[in-house]
Amino acid sequence: MDFQTDKEHSLLMSMYASFAEEEVKPLAKEVDEEERFPVETVEKMARYGMLGIPIPKEFGGAGGDNLGYVMAVEAMSKVCGTTGVILSAHTSLCAAPIYEFGTPEQKQKYLPALAKGEKLGAFGLTEPNAGTDAAGQQTTAELKGDHYVLNGSKLFITNAGYADVYVIFAMTDKSKGTRGISAFIVEKEMPGFSIGKKEEKMGIRGSATCELIFENVKVPAANLLGAEGKGFGIAMKTLDGGRIGIAAQALGLAQGAIDETVAYVKERKQFGKSLAQFQNTQFQLADMQAKTDAARLLVYKAACCKDAKLPYSVEAATAKLFASETAMEVTTKAVQLHGGYGYTREYPVERMMRDAKITEIYEGTSEVQRMVISANMLK
Amino acid sequence: MNIVVCMKQVPDTTEVKIDPATGTLIREGIPSIINPDDKSGLEAALVLKDQVGAKVTVLSMGPPQADLALREALAMGADDAVLLSDRAFGGADTWATSTTIAAALRKLGFDLIICGRQAIDGDTAQVGPQIAEHLKLPHVSYVSELELKGDSVVVKRVFEDGYQRIKAKLPCLLTALKDMNSPRYMSVAGIFDAYKKEIKVWGLADIVVDETNIGLKGSPTRVKKSFTKGVKSAGKVYEVDAKEGARIIVEALREKYVI
Amino acid sequence: MNISDYRGVMVFAEQRRGSVQKIAYELLGVGRRIADTLQEPLVALLIGSKLPDSAAKELIAQGADKVIVVDDPALDVYMTEPYAKAMTKAIDTYKPGIVFTGATTIGRDLAPRVSARVKTGLTADCTGLEIEDGTRNLLMTRPAFGGNIMATIVCPEHRPQMSTVRAGVMRKLERDETRKGTVERLDVKIEAKDKNVEILEVVVEKATKKNIEDANVLISGGRGMGNLDNYNRLQGIADELGGLVSASRAVVDAGWVGQDKQVGQTGKTVRPDVYFACGISGMIQHIAGMEDSEFIVAINKNASAPIFEYADIGIVADINKVVPALVEELKAAKAAS
Repeated sequence: MDFQTDKEHSLLMSMYASFAEEEVKPLAKEVDEEERFPVETVEKMARYGMLGIPIPKEFGGAGGDNLGYVMAVEAMSKVCGTTGVILSAHTSLCAAPIYEFGTPEQKQKYLPALAKGEKLGAFGLTEPNAGTDAAGQQTTAELKGDHYVLNGSKLFITNAGYADVYVIFAMTDKSKGTRGISAFIVEKEMPGFSIGKKEEKMGIRGSATCELIFENVKVPAANLLGAEGKGFGIAMKTLDGGRIGIAAQALGLAQGAIDETVAYVKERKQFGKSLAQFQNTQFQLADMQAKTDAARLLVYKAACCKDAKLPYSVEAATAKLFASETAMEVTTKAVQLHGGYGYTREYPVERMMRDAKITEIYEGTSEVQRMVISANMLK
Repeated sequence: MNIVVCMKQVPDTTEVKIDPATGTLIREGIPSIINPDDKSGLEAALVLKDQVGAKVTVLSMGPPQADLALREALAMGADDAVLLSDRAFGGADTWATSTTIAAALRKLGFDLIICGRQAIDGDTAQVGPQIAEHLKLPHVSYVSELELKGDSVVVKRVFEDGYQRIKAKLPCLLTALKDMNSPRYMSVAGIFDAYKKEIKVWGLADIVVDETNIGLKGSPTRVKKSFTKGVKSAGKVYEVDAKEGARIIVEALREKYVI
Repeated sequence: MNISDYRGVMVFAEQRRGSVQKIAYELLGVGRRIADTLQEPLVALLIGSKLPDSAAKELIAQGADKVIVVDDPALDVYMTEPYAKAMTKAIDTYKPGIVFTGATTIGRDLAPRVSARVKTGLTADCTGLEIEDGTRNLLMTRPAFGGNIMATIVCPEHRPQMSTVRAGVMRKLERDETRKGTVERLDVKIEAKDKNVEILEVVVEKATKKNIEDANVLISGGRGMGNLDNYNRLQGIADELGGLVSASRAVVDAGWVGQDKQVGQTGKTVRPDVYFACGISGMIQHIAGMEDSEFIVAINKNASAPIFEYADIGIVADINKVVPALVEELKAAKAAS
């Protein structure tokens, strides 16, 4: 058992930290307030190989690992939750399933552009009537000769509109329930595919969250990801990986809020002394950091399991449950320690608190994570 | 084209704090970084590499821990790295340091040498020009722009009151200013590769140099003593009329040599 | 090397476009004190082309016992190698025990090159220079580690003892036209090969507008300035001190000045040598952006303003009365020096 960060990952962390501080943080406030998708940040991340961190070099990636990837999501989320989720959705929910389930041709066709960041990726599973209950898919795919015809819609899709490549789930055989679900690689330009309503959100406001609409979209049969009817399994495995990314986002938000609070309580004086000198502040901070450190161990462990090709479904669920609930608790405390200023937009902790909430909801709610964890305990 | 970039790993002096109780420097926990002027020099070299395919070697002198700065340079895109590290090199002033580095450069070979103008821990700006002198090369210091033109470089050399545009034939040595460019970040792939590469570590036995000219023994200068300026004393507040206030301020500025 | 062969103090009298720079007189000021302590001569080394006689005369009036002039068309515009050759020859010829050069972009280019050539030590950016009792060695004190520590350096076994001296630190002497001194010419042959780089263009420009993060002196105005006209008067102080005017958030929000001038939490973090907080109460958002400044002067009419807790000097008075008084005092101080 080795809890020391090795040299490569230490160097990665220092690079991510400078990048986040200099390139991402200055935009965070504006991205949130104007609900602006930070296109320039995505381009910069691409330039340094951050959009293909765990993808092997032969497919245009950085040849790194999942640990190095979650550290990136953590570092970006520390200063901007929006940037964290863009990175996570692209990597975990689009590049990863194509890498893991794609044919050699599909990998060759899509991965290099995704890993180099020339193209951005997204993932479409959720529908108006199929959230946590993903089996209730209404979108259909009908095989007609050498292509499938997709009809239906998807909801709450991260990176929608800005993404070029979408991993989309649809029913190829409604009679078979979850076994009738298949996965497809759909390109932005395919006729009949359009972007619907953009959501106005509480947090991660810079990330584009929209509806996807499919009206007789002809998708080549070669774009079927995995075998027909295997889509549900692909979705679940993909979400297992995605949860590690979201757990890292939550972790970053928590640590970011702590860092802001530490700086603040040293500066802010009340009753003739700095807030840092009050025992309540000290104890609150200790609790916040202890939980965040514990979350970090869970997140890194889940990523390391994935890297070691060990089962990681339960580890990912545990990490996401704990990290997201920690993020919510820590950011709430951070606002409280900031007092009235914490409630204003002059300080970033209120944004972090709003951003943190979604981590308890998307890519499996906390309740779903509890189901996954307990099911494993009681089997 | 072979470009050698001379780099120093330095403590990030902007992070240095003085212990308020003892008035001494708190050295613990200060991050080590690539000296900013050197990093811009490296970026300038990497730009030339992108443009004309130069080979970029980074050279540093320091303790074994300076390995980290060299790995960072590799992760940014340098091709090769050499660390001059030997107890015999320790305690060197700028004269002895430049003598040692010049010896390593003779062994490496070069078309262009780029140093940072000065290091933030010493701020001397001496090692670059002194290396050039030992190698009998022309040098241009305070460079803020660099362009390769055939067998020469054309640079912008900054002064307090203007600048010169200077053409220097290769081989030559330049000292770079940090405002020359914004150095690129390390790339993710570069970081994973940096630890797969070997960094050559050269000691006294690996270079040709007169032992009496290196290290503490070879240094003309000595540090006689060092001291901190002490704890910042508590401020004074004066409730006076405007004219007297102005007089107090001017007197204080004079004591601080601001005027 | 026989150290006792080396006597006297030589200062490099830096000139640009034929006019001797202020730093040269500062070097003569400190050089005079050191030379008198050693009871050795003080010489100025003037290098250039078609230098007016008045330049050498002025150097004598400012303290030099002797002025060595190297005059050659090739030395018109500063270029490292020809100047290094001239200075090396002057050192070889006159064997000074001490050589001072200004820590300017010329001095800091020339001195290291020469020190390497004559194989002696060089101490950069000195702010304190004394002669050690007994050894008669030069004690050279300089800031290091980003100004966090001071180090005193000696060069005991090599001559000359060379240092570059920070501009604005040493006092020049009272100018005295009756002071006697000699002028000597030194011939240095500058060959074509010595001009080892080609100067394509020489551009002289006034100091460009800087970012507030780079300024050594910042005059920051806050809500207490009252109105835009009052705020703009801060420029007078900035002009006298070679600084820039910056602002608190209140002033930026009022639209008196752009956001690039804002110091504080949502603005920029600055650490100048001197920071003036004028009519700024010192809310923590502001303090966060300026508390690392080397020296903080606060002026505010409210004696309980938190800014005074961070100030090195606090003046409780109406800022709009202090500004004109301060500009006047600074002008007077400048005229007197």
